[in-house]
Amino acid sequence: MAVILDFLVQGTQMLVVLLLSPLLVGFVRKVKARLLRRRGPSLIQPYRDLLRLLRKEVVLAQNASWLFRTAPYLMFAATWVAAALVPTFGTGLMFSWTADLIAIAALLGSARFFLALAGLDVGTSFGGLGASREMMVATLAEPAMLMMIFTLALIAGTTQLSTMADLMLSSGVGVRVSLGLALVALVLVALAENGRIPVDNPATHLELTMIHEAMVLEYSGRHLALVELARHLKLLLHISLIACVFVPWGLAAPGAGLVPHLVGFGAYLGKLALGGFLLAFFETSIAKMRIFRVPDFLGAALMLGLLATLLRFVSAGM
Amino acid sequence: MPVDFFLECALGLLALAPAGIWAARRGTTAGAAVYGIAGLVTVGAAAAALGHLVSGHLVSGPLVSGPGTVSTLRLPIGLPWTGASFRLDALSALFLVIVDLGAAVACLYSVGYGRHEAAPGRVLPFFPAFLAAMNLVILADDAFSFLASWEFMSLTSWALVLAHHREAGTATAGYVYLLMASFGTLCLLLAFGLLAGPDGAYSFAAIRTAHPTPPLAALVLGLALLGAGSKAGLVPLHVWLPLAHPAAPSHVSALMSGIMTKVAIYGFIRIAFDLLGPPIWWWGLPIVALGSVTAVLGVLYALMQEDVKRILAYSTIENIGIVFVGLGLALCFSANGLPAAAALALTAALFHAFNHSLFKNLLFLGAGAVLGATGERGLDRLGGLIHRMKATALLFLTGAMAISALPPLNGFASEWLLFQSVLLSPQMPEWGAKLLVPAAGALLALSAALAAACFVRLFGLAFLGRPRGLAAETARETDRWSLAAMALLALLCLLAGILPGLVVDHLSPVVAGLVGRAMPNQAAAPWLSLIPIAESRSSYNGLLVLLFIAASAMLTAFAVHRLASRAIRRGPAWDCGFPNADPATQYSAGGFSQPIARVFAGSLFGAREQVRMPPPGELAPARLDRVVHDPVWERIYEPVAGVVDQLAARMNRLQFLTIRRYLGLVFLALVALLLVLALWQ
Repeated sequence: MAVILDFLVQGTQMLVVLLLSPLLVGFVRKVKARLLRRRGPSLIQPYRDLLRLLRKEVVLAQNASWLFRTAPYLMFAATWVAAALVPTFGTGLMFSWTADLIAIAALLGSARFFLALAGLDVGTSFGGLGASREMMVATLAEPAMLMMIFTLALIAGTTQLSTMADLMLSSGVGVRVSLGLALVALVLVALAENGRIPVDNPATHLELTMIHEAMVLEYSGRHLALVELARHLKLLLHISLIACVFVPWGLAAPGAGLVPHLVGFGAYLGKLALGGFLLAFFETSIAKMRIFRVPDFLGAALMLGLLATLLRFVSAGM
Repeated sequence: MPVDFFLECALGLLALAPAGIWAARRGTTAGAAVYGIAGLVTVGAAAAALGHLVSGHLVSGPLVSGPGTVSTLRLPIGLPWTGASFRLDALSALFLVIVDLGAAVACLYSVGYGRHEAAPGRVLPFFPAFLAAMNLVILADDAFSFLASWEFMSLTSWALVLAHHREAGTATAGYVYLLMASFGTLCLLLAFGLLAGPDGAYSFAAIRTAHPTPPLAALVLGLALLGAGSKAGLVPLHVWLPLAHPAAPSHVSALMSGIMTKVAIYGFIRIAFDLLGPPIWWWGLPIVALGSVTAVLGVLYALMQEDVKRILAYSTIENIGIVFVGLGLALCFSANGLPAAAALALTAALFHAFNHSLFKNLLFLGAGAVLGATGERGLDRLGGLIHRMKATALLFLTGAMAISALPPLNGFASEWLLFQSVLLSPQMPEWGAKLLVPAAGALLALSAALAAACFVRLFGLAFLGRPRGLAAETARETDRWSLAAMALLALLCLLAGILPGLVVDHLSPVVAGLVGRAMPNQAAAPWLSLIPIAESRSSYNGLLVLLFIAASAMLTAFAVHRLASRAIRRGPAWDCGFPNADPATQYSAGGFSQPIARVFAGSLFGAREQVRMPPPGELAPARLDRVVHDPVWERIYEPVAGVVDQLAARMNRLQFLTIRRYLGLVFLALVALLLVLALWQ
């Protein structure tokens, strides 16, 4: 019975992240529009876009290879697996031991690897531009993410996300300097990783500012749908990650009954809404940076993460 | 298997060397036969060494040194009263597996690739001799035979580097290599001299029992780091490596980068963990510092290069740095009485060394296939090879993913273990370690991210996009032998990535022999997971990650194809509406790495760009010049070379003395030496 329940929780989690992520994106767009005193598209517009793309035929460049056609599936699968291992409404994830936080970050790295290769595959100048910039951002974002992971692991004594969330929930970890630094670092990394303002503009088609958009320029139809869905999933993953480590309240403990899980789900929806709102608010109140200002932005995240790790190394109380 | 069998294998390879001279004159079939025989011999040696490791495989718990785990042999050759001793223990068995496995695959590749060789007479005799030398280094059990084999290995590889001696740069590469190899051997010679002490006990057994005083031991460690580090490619002793490795024929480059660097690592481990006795806590710190700096600098250099083989050579430097970080951490832990953590760090280092021998071999062989098919090594003249060399592209992609530390392949498994051992470092009481290790961890994370960028660039520019030249456009797939060799390596990369617990278990006798403890037994872990300390702390399961990704990708593809559309229409590229047919509009190698160069290398390498736009009306072309300085070469090597030149010019007067002055000089030297002797007593 317990196994079936665990399986149910894990399966629900996989479906929940898949179904909720377009809604989250729609919500962020809606809030941004309202903040700009526009009406904005409806909340379910991302679903409509995905379905429309799925039904359309793919226009494939003459030079596109098999890699270009398989990359969307691999990217989507890697992102989906990663998102399914971050606790959302409950920590009793059956397979949480297959990949710890380092592996989750590396799975996102795999997805990025294929996306950058797909950008280079058709052999246009824009694809190369996007891939080159994406890798530059990644070389700073990934170490910053790892330093943040180190900090959390040194506080919790584990790199397992479910265990980490349980620990943050149960024991009085309290407010710590290193945790605060790690949170700031994680937020900065999440902004960069998801191509939000001030690093990249998710709604642009202006060549000079494109990173992600330049890489997926050649994609169309179902391939584009998968790439977009993977991107939605990535945003949801980062917000869930921040929520489960820094705001773990409401998470259902492993093996809990139906009611705690429902409570956890409600809490999770609230956290997503709050995260989405804060993101939208931040994006509307700041301008996009020049591409060569991004290293300073992410360098700050890297330094904060390193500082937090150092604090953990030199004193157990910080 | 006793040690005799491996010696016989090495002798067989040595005997193949003269046969190589004969075969080179007989044509390609005889050459292929030489490679084939060498391959069979190395397969036998690799299998026997693996058998030795498996038989020494521990169930769990502390080390029980049973009989049959060590086998020794003494031959009446070499130094008088010392002889030449050879020994086989778990450590040498592991490195014999690494060396002979890589060598066997390279031989398989060479059976096909050797046909492209323009001057087989310059490669065939030295190739088996080089393999024999590497085997002998690992088997040697006294300082003399170790150094003799080490030098033999340097010289045979130097001869192989000079195989294409007419190509530009090869002569310089050979010269720099010879100099650095001599320097490295000199350092090792001094290290062994200090270890042997005044009585000159050169056998390793005697050295093990004599524990040197701490300052002397630190000096020996420094010399060993210089000697083995120069062979492995630690910054700042790496300068010969990116010159020499690419200059050699591709199958030799694979041996040098994938395997000879591992022999250097073996030499360092043998001295630091086995011969020197118990470590002191600060020994590991310089090694960790050097290793992490090496890792980042190596990969940054790689990002600045435009030659495929040179990129791979610099990436070797990066991976060597990662291995040395693991070794340094293991020394620190071991000195602090934390054997479990030391076992984890050492396992990570050895695992990464093994992995690197697999994927670097694979990538160099792939580069050889590209070179054979196009005759080009420059990224700016390749492109679009994925359409013409489908199998090579897939295998090269596997290698690129493995070396970029992407799950579920093997590079990620070993780097993950290393990160786990970094996370155990707060247990160390010393402030030096507390401050250095997090920085090293950050540098490791940085080098991993940069490596991914480096290999996206390498694979993307060489295999994807549109061909940038006629050679790339008319490339043909390489031969079956080469593809089989690469496929074997790719398969091993995947297996080591999804079954890391199996590899870790077979490393445990080695680790237990060096730090007194092994990692917990992984075979008992559920679902073949990798659990370094305890399940509540951290675990990783490559197999399930692979299965999950494969399952969700298949499921998605099936669902999308069934429920949505499968229609595909081929059309011209979109490119924002203005596609340009000229392949030169694609990103170039320099363009791709320009953002990273601006971020990282501007201050470090003094990378500068100059754009000259002629005023309107002038017919001169616009120019963009990029200058990248090599700080190590300019700050260290050029001044030293200048000093040596000046000294030589001063000493030149000694060449033109009269006979009386020469006699006087000899007399004075004799008096001085006698004085020294008198004072010494």
